[in-house]
Amino acid sequence: MSVLFAILFYLATLVFVVGLLSRISLYARTPAPLKIPTTPAPTTKTGVVFRLTREVVFFESLFKANLWTWAMGWLFHASLLLVTLRHLRYFTDPVWGWVAFIQPFGIYAGITMLLGLCGLWVRRLFVERIRYISTPSDHLWLVLLIVIAVSGLLMQFVSHTDVVGVKTYFLGLLSFDIGTLPADGLLLLHLFLVFALLALFPLSKLLHAPGVFFSPTRNQTDNPREHRHLSAWAGKLESEK
Amino acid sequence: MADITAPAYRTIPIIPALKPGAMEGKGPFIANDKHQEALGFPGQLVDDWHDKAIAKMGDLLGKFRSLRVYMDACVHCGACSDKCHYFIGTQDPKNMPVARQDLMRSIYRRYFTLAGKFFPKLVGARDLTREVLDEWYNYYHQCSECRRCSVFCPYGIDTAEITMAAREILASVGMGQKYSNEIIAKVHKIGNNLGLPEPALVDTLEGLEEDVKEDTGLDIKFPVDVKGAEVLLITPSADFFAEPHIDGLIGYAKVFHASGTSWTLSSMASEGANFGMFIGNYEQLRKIALRIREAALELGVKRIVVGECGHAWRVAYSFWNTLSGVGDGADETDRFAQMLQKQLDHRYKQPTHICEFTWDLIQRDALKFDKSKNDQFVITMHDSCNVARGSRMGDLPGGQFEIPRNIIKTVANNFVEMDANTTRERTFCCGGGGGLLTDDLMELRVKGALPRMEVLNQAVQEHGVNYMAAICAICKTQFSKIMPVYGFDRKMVGGVHQLVSNAIILGDK
Repeated sequence: MSVLFAILFYLATLVFVVGLLSRISLYARTPAPLKIPTTPAPTTKTGVVFRLTREVVFFESLFKANLWTWAMGWLFHASLLLVTLRHLRYFTDPVWGWVAFIQPFGIYAGITMLLGLCGLWVRRLFVERIRYISTPSDHLWLVLLIVIAVSGLLMQFVSHTDVVGVKTYFLGLLSFDIGTLPADGLLLLHLFLVFALLALFPLSKLLHAPGVFFSPTRNQTDNPREHRHLSAWAGKLESEK
Repeated sequence: MADITAPAYRTIPIIPALKPGAMEGKGPFIANDKHQEALGFPGQLVDDWHDKAIAKMGDLLGKFRSLRVYMDACVHCGACSDKCHYFIGTQDPKNMPVARQDLMRSIYRRYFTLAGKFFPKLVGARDLTREVLDEWYNYYHQCSECRRCSVFCPYGIDTAEITMAAREILASVGMGQKYSNEIIAKVHKIGNNLGLPEPALVDTLEGLEEDVKEDTGLDIKFPVDVKGAEVLLITPSADFFAEPHIDGLIGYAKVFHASGTSWTLSSMASEGANFGMFIGNYEQLRKIALRIREAALELGVKRIVVGECGHAWRVAYSFWNTLSGVGDGADETDRFAQMLQKQLDHRYKQPTHICEFTWDLIQRDALKFDKSKNDQFVITMHDSCNVARGSRMGDLPGGQFEIPRNIIKTVANNFVEMDANTTRERTFCCGGGGGLLTDDLMELRVKGALPRMEVLNQAVQEHGVNYMAAICAICKTQFSKIMPVYGFDRKMVGGVHQLVSNAIILGDK
């Protein structure tokens, strides 16, 4: 089991990193031939940085669109961030100071993350419009995340797993040394689903994470009259003339 | 028209229930072989349409980052789902922006992603069939490319980009839209959307000069093809004879006259509209824009000013510099753009919107008005979608909202706003934009205007609004056609420069 999970860990990480990088490089290489920022848009690069920051940190557009979806979505994402950072303690020795500091917040974030996810799922199940646009995979992603959250919380609050053993195992994996993973059903489930999430990330709608940075309606500067914007393939049309 | 009645108004805010299949159908008339071939598209549906369509999609995915990212990024959160005026007006779930995108995304997933290749049902992927093609044709012609959804999407996904790609794919396999393609062919052949040849244009303008002389007693000129004029005016051809557009054109002419600006129209480029954007074809977009470059070079003008037209202003403001070099800031080595940019006067923005032009004069105290001439009006502003979300005026973001309002407030006493959820960047499309302003889509146009009519009606009840200003030829045509269906006077819609025209005091300069 320890070996199997070690292989899954390496595989999932590899697929995640390589898949994500190749997707990002594809986005970066694909030209945006026309200026299409959704206006009013910032007229300077600094302004664009602020716009994207507001989008990524506060979900500005979603806030304008729908308060419930915004509240649930933001709660989930912010909690997920805290929870993920908290988990760094299993990969670092000694544990970095700020990771130790957020530890208690990270634990309660597990609960708020679950709340957010359930809220989003309720919306998906009971709001007619959103149910209509949902595919089976949309529901499954929520189920996957909910099971990850629940199994994690159970290990924290109900059936404690051997965290010291888990940490030793993962520190070992980081130096390609496969130790023994505590044989705990909840732990194995938790880990397996996280690996699945990592491996499926670059193949799925989770690509919204890098996607938002490459969205021309959000990342372009509103200065088409001041600077000539020309992509390579569009420029070729001129030389053909 | 007689058989189309107005849907009932509802209570605002409106969150409509779904009526699946409400707008199923064949869509607008398909372009015949003549109109298709004039644009270099196949005349009929080609035999290998399946492979051709997928290949075209791959081609567009490689050329447009917007399409590439937007196909991947949607998480089906539903932020956009109640934002489209066609959805609010028709309640057909396939008119929800996300559902409209998914008509293409389902094909993208099937042919371009691993998940869709192996688990199509799981991720909502499907094969490209003839039925899908027909469904695309119908529903991608129920989008006016107005970008309202893109304001609310957390990733900025712009359905207009996807609609454009879908129409481009459809046209490339032989399923172009008659209305748009016929008009584009006319632009290339005659110089404007209406097919108004030079002698007829000159005739019309001479008649207009006589009318204005009768009205004002002044010799206000409408010059055509004057070499060495300072300003080249590019305006939608509807301004030459359609009501209420023509009153706007008279307004521009009075502003030019009052400020002593020498200006000219071009018979070769007597059209501001660029339907190349509507059909999503970059080559057509570019080709149509190049006519204006040629006219500017030939006439040797220093400034290019654009009349009241929504998508034309988006194309002019956002795309002209890219497409034809009308703008500033081209590289020293960029001979194509430099050739024109050296000629233009860069103390002014190139191109300039007629509202920027007029507002600039107002700020310099160069125009005089008698506001009371507009006292019979209680005015509100319908922000035209392409101006609102695809362009700017002036130096500051949002100038496209402030400048027209500032002009109205300068020339008239009574101005009120409509519901803030439906103005500025949240404005509704008039229901006729994006190549849908055709009689074969009348039912869609009436229902698509419903959200705007509901909000306008509110302003009429509360403030007694009797003039809705718009700075777009399509808005003006669409509203003057469908407002009577809703029981409003067709003359309630008009341009900003129509108000300018009413109030301007013309001296003897």
